[in-house]
This record gives sequence, C-alpha cells and structure tokens, in this order.
Amino acid sequence: MPDMKTSGETSPGLITTLFAETGSLIQFALLALRAVFRRPFEIREIVQQTYMVGWRSLPLIITSGLAIGVVLSMHTRAVMERFGAEALIPSALAIALISETGPLMTGLLVAGRVGAGIGAELGGMRVSEQIDALESLAVDSVHYLAVTRIAACMIALPILTTVLNFSGLAGGYFAETAISGISMKLYFRHAFETVGFLDYILPTAKTVVFGLIIGTVSSWRGYTVTGGSQGIGRASTMSVVLSSMLLIFINVLLVRIIFLAFPNGAL
Amino acid sequence: MEPIRTIRFDGVSKSFGGNHVLENVSFDVPQGEVCCILGRSGTGKSVTLKLLMGLLKPDSGKIFMNDLEIESLDSAHLVKARKAMGFLFQYSALFDSMTVGENVAFPLRRHTSLSERDIQSIVHEKLKSVGLENSFNQMPLELSGGMRKRAGLARALALNPSILLVDEPSSGLDPITTMEIDTLLLGLKSAEQTTMVVVTHNMTSARRIGDLLIVLNEGHVVAQGTVEELDRSKVDVVRQFMSATRGD
Repeated sequence: MPDMKTSGETSPGLITTLFAETGSLIQFALLALRAVFRRPFEIREIVQQTYMVGWRSLPLIITSGLAIGVVLSMHTRAVMERFGAEALIPSALAIALISETGPLMTGLLVAGRVGAGIGAELGGMRVSEQIDALESLAVDSVHYLAVTRIAACMIALPILTTVLNFSGLAGGYFAETAISGISMKLYFRHAFETVGFLDYILPTAKTVVFGLIIGTVSSWRGYTVTGGSQGIGRASTMSVVLSSMLLIFINVLLVRIIFLAFPNGAL
Repeated sequence: MEPIRTIRFDGVSKSFGGNHVLENVSFDVPQGEVCCILGRSGTGKSVTLKLLMGLLKPDSGKIFMNDLEIESLDSAHLVKARKAMGFLFQYSALFDSMTVGENVAFPLRRHTSLSERDIQSIVHEKLKSVGLENSFNQMPLELSGGMRKRAGLARALALNPSILLVDEPSSGLDPITTMEIDTLLLGLKSAEQTTMVVVTHNMTSARRIGDLLIVLNEGHVVAQGTVEELDRSKVDVVRQFMSATRGD
C-alpha cells in the first residue's frame, strides 16, 4: 500500500477539506479496485466476511422488516379505506416494499450496523499497527481487509433486501389478517399479482451498488484513522453518516437510471 | 533473488507535514550483525524501521537490501523482500481476532504450501523457542505485555527471516523479561546469522546485544560505532545516553 495520506492530515478550510477527503476516498477506491485482480483472491476471507455481514444482520433485518410491514400496512389501509380499495392493500404493500422501501431500508440498516463495525474494526487495526503487521508479513492489506469487506457487502445486500421484502410482506399479512381476517393464500396472491420479475430484480440489483458504497466508505474511514480511540469513534460514526448520505443520493440517481432504461419494466 | 542479508541507508530524509523526522540519514548494517538505533522519543527511530520494511517511502535518499533498492521494487519483489524480513512491533501488533497459535501460523499459511500438520509443528516449535508453548490457544488480550512481545517475536520468526527488525523490545517490560528477550535475539544471531536492526532507548539492552550502535538526535545521526567507540564520544547527547547505564 502506498504512503497514503490519512484523513486527519487535511488542511483547514471546508472546501479544501472536502476536496482532500474526496480525493482520499477516490484514491482508496482505486487501490481497492486494483487489488481485486491480484492473487490470491481471498475467497475464504470473503466467505467469512459475508457471514459476518449477512448472517449476523439477519435478526435486525427480519425484525425491522416485520415492523415496517405492519406500519406500511396500517398506513396503506388508512388511505385505501377512503377509496373503498382495501383489496389492493397487499399489492400496494408489495409494490412499496419491493420497489423502494425494502432496498433503501436494508441499505440504511446495513450502513448503520455493518458500516460502523467495519470503520471501528479497521480503525482499531490501524491504531494498533495490525495493518502494518499485515503488510510486514507480505500481505496486501487493502486486498485482505478492504476488498473482502466490500465484496461481502455487495454479496450480502441483495440477499438481505430479499429477506427484508419477505419479512415486510409477512408483517403486512399479520396486520391485515388481524384486521380483515384475509387468508395467507389470498394475501400473497394479491401481493404478487402486480409484481413482475424485472420489478423485483432491478431494485434489488441496485443494492449491490449500496453494498459497494457501504463497504468502500467504511473501509476507507477505518483504514485512514488517526488519533487513537477518539479517532476510531469518529471513523465509526463517519462511516455510518457518509455511507447513509451517499446511499440516499446514489439511490435517486439509480432510480432515475432504472426508469430511463426500463420505462415499462420498473415499478 | 538471493537471501537479503545487508542493509544500507543512503542519505534518507523523511518528513510528515512540516515535521522533518529524518534528515540525510546514512548507515550500513553488515550481514549477521545487530544494529541498535538509539535516541530520544520522537527522533525517528520507528520511522527508520518502517522505511526499511517499505511501509513508508523516503522523501529523498535510498534504502538498499543487499544491492536492491527497496523503492524500485515492484509489488511482487517487495512481497519477496518482506518475506525475508521479520518485524517485531513495539506493541506486538498481534491480530486480536486470532489465537496466538493462529497468529504464528498466519504467515506460514499465506506463503508456504506446507501441510497443516507441518504448520502446526513449526508453530509449536516457534512458540517453544520463545517460551510460550502453553499459550497456543490463548487470545492476545489474555497475555501479559512480555508474553505478547514473545508471541510477536515467534510470528516474526515464522518464515525464518534473514533480517529481523525489532521496535522497542524492552518498552514496558521488567528487566528480567527484557533480558530474556535479549537472550532470544542473541541466540538467533548466533544460530541463524540473522541481521538485526533493533530500535531501543534501553542502554543496558543495547550494550548487551548491539554490534553497532547508531544515535539519532533531531532526525540526524549524531554518532555511530561500537559500544567502546561511543563510550569515548565527546558529543553531549551520546555521552548522556552512554552514561545512562554506567551510572556516571
């Protein structure tokens, strides 16, 4: 790894700092991109990190999905009842979840849980010289630590999004059946009759980009930590804040691109 | 690539921001010798080791391992050079998510095609050589400072390096543990002809293990030579250092 400027060394001044930080992030992303193609491909570490990012996020994703489903169902019912369109509640819920709420909520939840973890973990390794130790043992630390985590986020996000979508629909079903007594078969038939494969695949594929953002930003913040435990805390917080902000911003662009590219396919 | 045995610093300077840490530093370490770098805190001793390992790049000057200039090496050759070097960090820098045994096995798993059985055997042998044969399954956080240092040394020695870089081997340790680590380093030197660069401000330790002593002050080499030569030095900071253990 080249003698990379750490984020704490930026000059004062908002504009200068912004440019320096952006430059540092781009430099880090390019290093990671270059490392992707170098052997060994660290498959074992990617599997391990995917387990950490994916499997360990499942309880949060499932419970959040259930709660979101219940709340969305209540809101949808309140609106639909005014028009006498209660039969459309499952469809509306499925569209809302699969097209936008599911991917975005999963991205934000993972940014909070995993982004903070990666920022703190790599920050701790930087401060305790474990990253230097990896390099001294002739291991490409960007590849071993950052690329594997970025890949894990990119693999785990679409899977977690699918899980959140289904747990959201399940939450919606529980709320609906408690109020209207709708059967599970009818509820899910209504839910999926308006959703095509492309409608599912496009918003879900978008979360691969969310994973790229979360993995890259949080690895970068952790990797460039300065200033001991205070710096680690700052890196952890900034990983979440920056990942979430970028994710929301990129989401707008991606939704626009999807609508332009698939005018009839996307929800 | 022939085994790396000798080290040469040629007019090396390094600064961070406006802070000039090393200025025009030159020295040679011949094969099989122990070079102790002495100096007050913040005089660039640890930076010297990180430059040697290629973890930092010099602003100017050249660093040679044998006749190879470190900065000119491509990543594949730098990896080869690093495999020939061991680095014991000041605070050991053990991977805290792995056991002591896994820490020592890590470089072997990465860089050799040995069977798991052979790796386990080498790990046990390395841990035994530093007196930690019973700590294989312990986590680094469960170890004392001295044990962590010895575990770090076992990891640094896992690939049988021809050059060993040691950062503050005695910091935070009691005199007995310090002497044990010095004995380990001396044993390594006589058994393997390992070339060593040891950063320390422990004069007792430097006198015990050092063939060549280099004194850094404010980024400059103010003296270098054997213990006897530095004992005769007229430079104030050198005299202060050398008298620290004689009780003058």
